[in-house]
Amino acid sequence: MKCTTEGIAGFGCDPWWLIGGKALVIFVFLVLTVLLSMWVERRVIGRMQLRIGPNRCGPFGLLQGLADGVKLALKEDIVPAGVDKVVFWLAPVVSAVPAFISFIIIPFGPTVSIFGHQTQLQGTDLPVAVLLVLAMSSMGIYGIVLAGWSSMSPYSLLGGLRSSAQMISYEIAMSLSFVAVFMFAGSMSTSQIVAGQQHIWYGVLLLPSFLIYIITMMGESNRIPFDLPEGEGELVGGFHTEYSSLKFAMFFLAEYINLATLSALATTLFLGGWHAPPPITTIWAGANSGWWPVLWFLIKIWAFIFFFIWLRGSLPRVRYDQLMKLGWKVLMPISLGWILLVATIRTASREGLNQTQLLIYGGITIAVVLVGSFAWDLVATSGRQVDPYAEPERATAAEPAQGGFPVPPLDLPHYHGVLPETAARKEVSSGTH
Amino acid sequence: MDLYIPIIVLGVLAFGFAGFSVVMGALSGPKRWNKAKLEAYECGIEPTPQPVGGGRFPVKYYLTAMLFIVFDIEIIFLYPWAVAFNRFAGWFGLIEMVLFIATVLVAYAYIWRRGGLEWD
Repeated sequence: MKCTTEGIAGFGCDPWWLIGGKALVIFVFLVLTVLLSMWVERRVIGRMQLRIGPNRCGPFGLLQGLADGVKLALKEDIVPAGVDKVVFWLAPVVSAVPAFISFIIIPFGPTVSIFGHQTQLQGTDLPVAVLLVLAMSSMGIYGIVLAGWSSMSPYSLLGGLRSSAQMISYEIAMSLSFVAVFMFAGSMSTSQIVAGQQHIWYGVLLLPSFLIYIITMMGESNRIPFDLPEGEGELVGGFHTEYSSLKFAMFFLAEYINLATLSALATTLFLGGWHAPPPITTIWAGANSGWWPVLWFLIKIWAFIFFFIWLRGSLPRVRYDQLMKLGWKVLMPISLGWILLVATIRTASREGLNQTQLLIYGGITIAVVLVGSFAWDLVATSGRQVDPYAEPERATAAEPAQGGFPVPPLDLPHYHGVLPETAARKEVSSGTH
Repeated sequence: MDLYIPIIVLGVLAFGFAGFSVVMGALSGPKRWNKAKLEAYECGIEPTPQPVGGGRFPVKYYLTAMLFIVFDIEIIFLYPWAVAFNRFAGWFGLIEMVLFIATVLVAYAYIWRRGGLEWD
């Protein structure tokens, strides 16, 4: 079989040792990235909070992640009495496996020669590669929901539900932000998308899509400012409250792998994948060949991971209703409008409309929308005209007898200590919520 | 099919690792039985009795899931259109998609007005 062709046709003809080798390299790469990004996160956050951060395990504390893993393995694996045993055991696995799988379609570099075999630096590529990532991130949500449900604890259940509602809400805006990229690349395969960004990155060309992706990426990863599922003050640990030992480590691993996957996807779709940044390619023509692209790819991924950590060090947590409002009422309509705008401009330029015609038609559209909204406003408000000079109604303090809220009088005497009748307190069973 | 073999290989590798870790965690740690330790954690108070099957939860989550399905299917229709966009001749592709999105927008406006997107 001929394997030197570019694009999709170049995949699917690796020998068995190369398939296994690539899978193993991606697996090891992900585990190392998780260990390293945990260390980087704690060090960077430490510096941002005027602390030093972990520096005891190995040089500069580099082995901190490994030490944490070993410690977790040596801790007691508690399975609470009331849990649904099968699902409780299955959930960490369901959470971790899809996280690994998504990374197989991420392109690390162009075609290289490995032991005399020409192959592309990418696990595999599909005509629907980006869809695989979306599917796997949805599968990961199953792990979270099942973990929350099987724990039989109110915190876990609420945390799992919150987490899944948040992730599916942001997945919509995220999927919409990809549409413009597919339109330009004419393909959903990651290698084709990277090849389409040889001259200009889609992140520059489609800046609104890129910004929407960055916001939804925070929501998808369940991290600050959208880390509601783990709001410590309200839900303890969220869906993994009842998990301990290596089961907990699997959730942790999945979360950090998702971080790396989201960063890699952002790099692939918007920042040119493994292509060298523009100033380097103008100086040095060989920057996009051989093994060098792996370096540019890693630099871009780590820039994104650093960005995640930076946000965690700077931003507070949003409220849950604000989070849902942002996802459904802001990001989604903006994405849809942006897709239609891009499609219109592309069709118009393809049909040979020049700029004057575009401006005229665009102006007519905007005028129609403005006039329409003005007419709508007139119709909608015509029924309830308000006299601006009328005396405003005085707000009267409603007495409890008239149905107002019973407010205790402000001059109530203070008492210190315990009143006799409340001293002997009756035991109250803990309420539901 | 050759394209999918690496996915299966990595999946098996990841499953092996995750399964091994979960089983190892249960075997390698100490086991010290304690009744209070096996109760659901609720900051130290006695755990709320949980009904079998997880009990009830706010209907909001159910509604969100339903809305997600509606709009996710819309997006799935957008993807092939976007991929084939360069192959459409003339304004046909654009107008078709505008009609489709307008139809879904009616549902969107309805949900918005009925308060389906409010979270309180």
